Amino acid sequence: MKYLCLVYLSADKLHAVHDRECKACGDDMRQRGIMVAAEALQPIETAATVRVRGGKLSVTDGPFAETKEQLAGFYLIEARDLNDAINAAAKIPPAREGSVEVRPVRDLIPDS
Amino acid sequence: MPATDPVHDVVSGVYLSESRRVLATLIRLLGDFDVAEEALHDAFRAALEQWPRDGVPSNPRAWLVSAGRFKAIDAARRRKRFDSLDEIGEDTDLGAVDPVEWTDEESVEDDRLRLIFTCCHPALAPDAQVALTLREVCGLTTEEIARAFITPAPTLAQRIVRAKAKIREARIPYQVPTPAELPARLETVLRVVYLVFNEGYAASSGSVLTREELSSEAIRLGRLLVDLLPEPEALGLLALMLLHESRRLARTSESGDVVLLEDQDRSRWNREQIDEGSRLVERALTSGRSGPYALQAAIAAVHADAGTPGETDWDEIVGLYDLLLLRDPSPVIELNRAVAVAMRDGPAAGLSLIDGILARGELRDYRPTHAARAELFRRLGKTRDARSAYERAIALTKQEPERRYLQRRLAELKDPGPSAERRGAV
Repeated sequence: MKYLCLVYLSADKLHAVHDRECKACGDDMRQRGIMVAAEALQPIETAATVRVRGGKLSVTDGPFAETKEQLAGFYLIEARDLNDAINAAAKIPPAREGSVEVRPVRDLIPDS
Repeated sequence: MPATDPVHDVVSGVYLSESRRVLATLIRLLGDFDVAEEALHDAFRAALEQWPRDGVPSNPRAWLVSAGRFKAIDAARRRKRFDSLDEIGEDTDLGAVDPVEWTDEESVEDDRLRLIFTCCHPALAPDAQVALTLREVCGLTTEEIARAFITPAPTLAQRIVRAKAKIREARIPYQVPTPAELPARLETVLRVVYLVFNEGYAASSGSVLTREELSSEAIRLGRLLVDLLPEPEALGLLALMLLHESRRLARTSESGDVVLLEDQDRSRWNREQIDEGSRLVERALTSGRSGPYALQAAIAAVHADAGTPGETDWDEIVGLYDLLLLRDPSPVIELNRAVAVAMRDGPAAGLSLIDGILARGELRDYRPTHAARAELFRRLGKTRDARSAYERAIALTKQEPERRYLQRRLAELKDPGPSAERRGAV
């Protein structure tokens, strides 16, 4: 069985935990053989939301999931740039029904 | 250096005509807005030092791009030596590319388009798109933009800083969209330009001067787009802006009050702008791919064509609204169409269309709905209905000149003078 562990932080606490600690946690999970994938994310200001309605792609700034919408899945993709990522996100089938938030991944800086 | 120095004047002239092009190319070459802006300033500083001594180069643009790029790479190398940051890779060797080649007409015009599309990227917030476009594409200062939008300068500066950070962190590419992406992306660009225009055209607030500057900046942007990308909707938007702008002098009285289209002194309309706008409308319409902007411009052109309000071709206008509704169904356009129908077929026909919109629960708190109903009731002689509709419209008005106008109309109802009957549509 796989589980997705989602990390939530208020904006003022985004850097409350040092990257060093997060990297150590990931390394430990990897050693125990339970790690599938983990990434830190850039703040929500960097997000774009992709929807497809009537075959037409719409892109808006920010995470604008409706309050009724719940997190239903995730795709971790490799893309050249945001436009490339948006085009890939638009092909994710639920983009037709709900929305897909595209958020860049951030590299941990464990030794700063 | 004294301002009368001829070389200094040359540099100032080149700054005015070339700085936005040079910036657009430097962003491509250096891959970062802030680095490119600093490089642009360094390049012009170098020009002020070197051109008086060595003479003005034969291709100032190529010289500036080359100097800016060199300064940026030099600065990055120096930083790297101090912080040992691995920012600059091997591909930044200056001698590798020919400066004339990457500043030829075609790549420079492409760079300007890249800059516009990046500033108007839909992943940026709409107000950030506007601020960034005015700052980077038009070259307005942060203070000028803040004044025009009646926003504190630090707020606006912060908005621009965040937008640039997002371009960097989310890796928004410096690209002209592919043909498949172009229609949707152009829509965003045109919306930004039209928003800038309306901000300068609406009689909301701010000094008259900054407002006019904002509108002419939007028209300049519209022209640039038409030059770079003569798509029908770009032509349509430029036409629409010119046709509205042509009425600027006539649409406000000396006391700052609103003068409605039918009451405007048509001799004060700017004929040059009308002619240019009408020609552009024709070009857009004959393309067969005209959209909402071209159709709205066509409506404005029909008004511009009428020597007196009575000569307005309302049948043509209703037909254009029909097309517009097909392309872009919206209750606001339905309302405008209803007013045109009232002019063609009489007030009762217009009223029943407006009441139909209200019955669907739409536009109930929209000031123009009630102002239009008031006007049509007045023309039908239904004074009591007219009064309550005016009162509703006044309650919904946020702008002072508009409130004064509606209150004047309401007062005229109570005391119907001989001039009141001559007035027509809203």
